[in-house]
Amino acid sequence: MTATTAAAASARVNPLTTGQLPAWSPWAILLGSWVLVGGVFALMNTGGDPADFNIAATLFLGTVLFVVLLTVFSSVAENRRRAVDRLVTSLVSSAFVIVLIPLVSLLYTVVVNGLDRFDAEFFSSSMRNIVGEGGGAVHAIWGTLLITLGAAVISVPIGLMTAIYLVEYGRGKLAKAITFLVDVMTGIPSIVAGLFAAAVFVIFFGPGTYMGIAGSVALSVLMIPVVVRSSEEMLRLVPNELREASYALGVPKWLTIMKVVMPTSIAGITTGVTLAISRVIGETAPLVLTAGITASLNTNLFSGPMTTLPVLVFSQYRSPGIDPTEALDRAWAGALTLILIVMALNLVARLVAKIFAPKLGR
Amino acid sequence: MSKRIQVNDLNVFYSQFKAVEGVNMVIEPRSVTAFIGPSGCGKSTFLRTLNRMHEVIPGARVEGEVLVDGNDLYGPGVDPVLVRRQVGMVFQRPNPFPTMSIRDNVLAGVKLNNRRQSKSEQDDLVEKSLRGANLWNEVKDRLNLPGSGLSGGQQQRLCIARAIAVSPDVLLMDEPCSALDPISTLAIEDLIEELKTEYTIVIVTHNMQQASRVSEKTAFFNIAGTGQPGKLIEYADTAKIFSNPDVQATEDYVSGRFG
Repeated sequence: MTATTAAAASARVNPLTTGQLPAWSPWAILLGSWVLVGGVFALMNTGGDPADFNIAATLFLGTVLFVVLLTVFSSVAENRRRAVDRLVTSLVSSAFVIVLIPLVSLLYTVVVNGLDRFDAEFFSSSMRNIVGEGGGAVHAIWGTLLITLGAAVISVPIGLMTAIYLVEYGRGKLAKAITFLVDVMTGIPSIVAGLFAAAVFVIFFGPGTYMGIAGSVALSVLMIPVVVRSSEEMLRLVPNELREASYALGVPKWLTIMKVVMPTSIAGITTGVTLAISRVIGETAPLVLTAGITASLNTNLFSGPMTTLPVLVFSQYRSPGIDPTEALDRAWAGALTLILIVMALNLVARLVAKIFAPKLGR
Repeated sequence: MSKRIQVNDLNVFYSQFKAVEGVNMVIEPRSVTAFIGPSGCGKSTFLRTLNRMHEVIPGARVEGEVLVDGNDLYGPGVDPVLVRRQVGMVFQRPNPFPTMSIRDNVLAGVKLNNRRQSKSEQDDLVEKSLRGANLWNEVKDRLNLPGSGLSGGQQQRLCIARAIAVSPDVLLMDEPCSALDPISTLAIEDLIEELKTEYTIVIVTHNMQQASRVSEKTAFFNIAGTGQPGKLIEYADTAKIFSNPDVQATEDYVSGRFG
């Protein structure tokens, strides 16, 4: 009696089940496809130099084969819906890996090439009187930090106040015109910003004027629209209920903006400002026109030419002096330093955003 | 402390659209007045004109008079900020400031206005307001945690504490219980009962049992159809509105025959 019921239960098929590929199968198929395609290429390369083995084509065609095989296997063993799911999943993952390749490759190249001259001398000496080996970027690091700081000091208040005007006060034609102009400014090529700043400073100080603050002005032309757009988005995200709650307590509008709207959106605004700084810190062309190129350390924004890291990289590559290898090494080390500065800036911004973000939960 | 509100021939507009027409009303001090009526009939719009919150919305304007103890809120040279310090407001959805702790939320009216107060004065004000809002016992051990971590009912009571901390004369409540469960609703109704000894309270509600439980007088608003302005249909003692109102529409509404 019990035996027959057990047999009947095992014979009955649960209608909710379907065939399923084991969890390891996508990885096995991927590996198998690579090995298969690699084998074909190896056969084609028989007798030739092993260095001629086409690894890029192996990976590419192997991945294509993997996508096809996985979809086919899945549609046979599972069902159509799962096959489509697996197809899209593998395409999306491949796209992700493809996006990562240039980024990882770039970081790898810069780190490997930059480490050669990433030493104490690089951070303690300038390029003054250096034509061959040695020398450093201390003047360019100072130049980068000061000119970018100058640009931030000019752009952040103007950009933030413009955003506040647009969100809290702007009505009608003026606000529309400002939004339109900011959009146009976002698209200005950086060399045009450089020419503009150079022209302005020529008016006041005569031709051939190079100074750090001119570079800051050129950079702020590029930076202001980015700050306006990102801060505007962040301020719009602040719920109107909070503004009304504040008004209902008898708080004037300007204090509501300063003490309720700004603190609520400060995390996003900080991120936006950091992105804007990262956008301009790597500019070269406008700075060559406005801040000039120099080999000496100059920490005065208002007098004499200043060099920034991108300009140093450019000038080392363009006019390497008597020892081109040394100059190239300095250029790579400069690029690595610039990346590290941007990275440090992003970390600081994240920290600030984390500290000031509205705290949720209990 | 509490003040008398008189409304004369009030029309409220959103740009060209007339939202509320011809309201005349007297609200007595130290009483609870309830506004009832179908959605979109202008109850909340009218309530917001009583502390000039209405004009926060672009294009909104008002014709007529609102007198608080004889002073016209819409007279020339009246500062809406000063009006709102006298007439507090609690909103439909609890909206504590997310960047502030429970304590700072209660002190928001003081701190946001840059008024200086000693620590002990602040502590007293926090305790008094939270006790006033029946919240003290629940939060006294976590005053420095964020206000957004409280439950919905607690957040709404926190908002009431915040509103009474600036010691207004009038407290406007725009459907304060519509997002709350029955227990929290009861807590807030008890609170309204206590608060009316000190404040003039005006409450908008969709819950007719609530109107009959908490209020002395009830105003029924109605709207003839979409695009028509809302009107005050009947304003009388709550008992009369809910037992034998003068107007047929009121009786239909409170007995549930329409709306």
